[in-house]
Amino acid sequence: MTCIEARGLRKTYGQTVALDSIDLRVEEGRILGLIGPNGAGKTTALNAILGLTPYEGELKVVGRDPWNERDHLMRDVCFIADVAVLPRWMRVSQALDYVAGVHPRFDRAKAEGFLAKTSISRSSRVRELSKGMVTQLHLALIMAIDARLLVLDEPTLGLDILYRKQFYDSLLNDYFDRSRTIVVTTHQVEEVQHVLTDLMFIDRGRIVLSCSMEEFESRYVEVMVVPDQLGAARALKPIQERQVFGRSILLFDKADRQQLAAFGEVRTPSIADLFVAVMGNRQSEGA
Amino acid sequence: MNTQSGALHEPLDSRAVSEPLMSATQPLYWSIRRELWENRSIYVAPLSVAAFAVVAFSISAIFGIWVVPLRIAHTSPYDAVAAPYNLAAGLMMLVSILVSIFYCLDALHGERRDRSILFWKSLPVSDLTSVLAKVSIPLLILPVLLFVITVAMHWMMLLVSSAVLLAQGQSAGLLWMKLDLPHTWMLLLYHMVTAHAIWPLPIYCWLLLVSGWARRATFLWAALPIVAIAGVERIIFNTYHFARLVGLRLMGDAPIFAVTQGDVFPSGPMTHIDLGRFLGSPGLWIGLAVAAVFLAAAVQLRKYQGPI
Repeated sequence: MTCIEARGLRKTYGQTVALDSIDLRVEEGRILGLIGPNGAGKTTALNAILGLTPYEGELKVVGRDPWNERDHLMRDVCFIADVAVLPRWMRVSQALDYVAGVHPRFDRAKAEGFLAKTSISRSSRVRELSKGMVTQLHLALIMAIDARLLVLDEPTLGLDILYRKQFYDSLLNDYFDRSRTIVVTTHQVEEVQHVLTDLMFIDRGRIVLSCSMEEFESRYVEVMVVPDQLGAARALKPIQERQVFGRSILLFDKADRQQLAAFGEVRTPSIADLFVAVMGNRQSEGA
Repeated sequence: MNTQSGALHEPLDSRAVSEPLMSATQPLYWSIRRELWENRSIYVAPLSVAAFAVVAFSISAIFGIWVVPLRIAHTSPYDAVAAPYNLAAGLMMLVSILVSIFYCLDALHGERRDRSILFWKSLPVSDLTSVLAKVSIPLLILPVLLFVITVAMHWMMLLVSSAVLLAQGQSAGLLWMKLDLPHTWMLLLYHMVTAHAIWPLPIYCWLLLVSGWARRATFLWAALPIVAIAGVERIIFNTYHFARLVGLRLMGDAPIFAVTQGDVFPSGPMTHIDLGRFLGSPGLWIGLAVAAVFLAAAVQLRKYQGPI
């Protein structure tokens, strides 16, 4: 089943084009990473998907029109926005009461179970919690909702490394199953690499790369070239070349691994390296 | 294999079954509770003023300021006996107006300012429900709350003055009969709902609208058009109709509430209750229509607006 389907999705703010007629299709059961520089249109795309902003073009999320059916959509869709947005005056117990009161698919016992694993007290107000604890609380609320789509916009921003690791671990172990879909944007690309099933790069309102992680792994190859093979390796037209500790690392798209193995050590690049390469090329092309 | 795939489909099936469990009013109920959690001044302010009134009354009763009317309860006119009760009730209405103004000015602004609107919008509660929950505070919650608090306050004042009378060796029975508090309360409830909730509704909806639109200085943005219109009217026609209209709406005062006999506020309760006159007044319906327009605009604004 298709979870998100967009055709010609477009959004402008005055003269600025935030989304330039993008087509997007996310199947159920995928974990999509939406990666892009600041101002690329990631948050605009997510806001359109969540029914927080009007748009031009066609968009269906879990079969609904997000802008006109946001309240119905939110029975099937959860999201955590880029920074802690839980109201600071709210008590933990009030947050549980409220979500249990308005959300038909909220399992309070499950949320209490998640909270029991933390040091968050029921009577605390959100303003008294550390940033990591607020995220834990938000996650406990969200993960107790039997939703079909979870949208995370920079969920780990400002968290220390322990919480960040914990965040993705609990998301994968306690939440994700094949009937759910997750869309995540982040600048901490390296920590989602092992989590994602699909990858999408977005720049200046356009999708510049879209592939599954299997494709990513078979398509892109990084070679740490031994110096005397450099000329031969360059002849195969790498999409990027960079220097690390005096050695040249060349990044290839759709190249023959066997052939490349002759030039030096071959490995799958990190998403971050591919991102830098793709964005760097776009900039030099003046796209 | 078969049992496994059956188990896999189970969550989907149970999801379909559990769909209609939640009633339509539940999100509204919890949204109103949320407003009360967030804005504790809604009940803290009237409670403190009521406590202050009771303490002030007790001091004056004990030290004899009201003792004269108490002692001569059987001869003194109604007004003299009831004056502190009416004064305290009037004070509570003033509190109700102030709390409503400040609540409405912040209602749709605060959630955008602290970005919590993103949390509220992540839950299946429509913008209409959210805005209705907010307008129900001045329209429904505050009048009822203020009524209950005022009744409790009157009881305590009555008990204090009875105790003072008994301590002086007098009977309190006359005081109780003379005050006729149940009548006062009936009038109070009527007055709270008509004059301080329904009548000023266009003002409160205007404030809600501005709080959903302005990025900052909601009070200024709310007051500016009113001052501007009043100023233009003053310059061109040298009249003050608009300013007077707004003022009367806000203070819950209007010709339709006018006292038909020459007495002050609750002395003759039934003279004030003229529901037919209230419901038959075009001003009421024009005001409600204006309020509905402002409210619809506020709902649309909440749909479009994000954090600021």
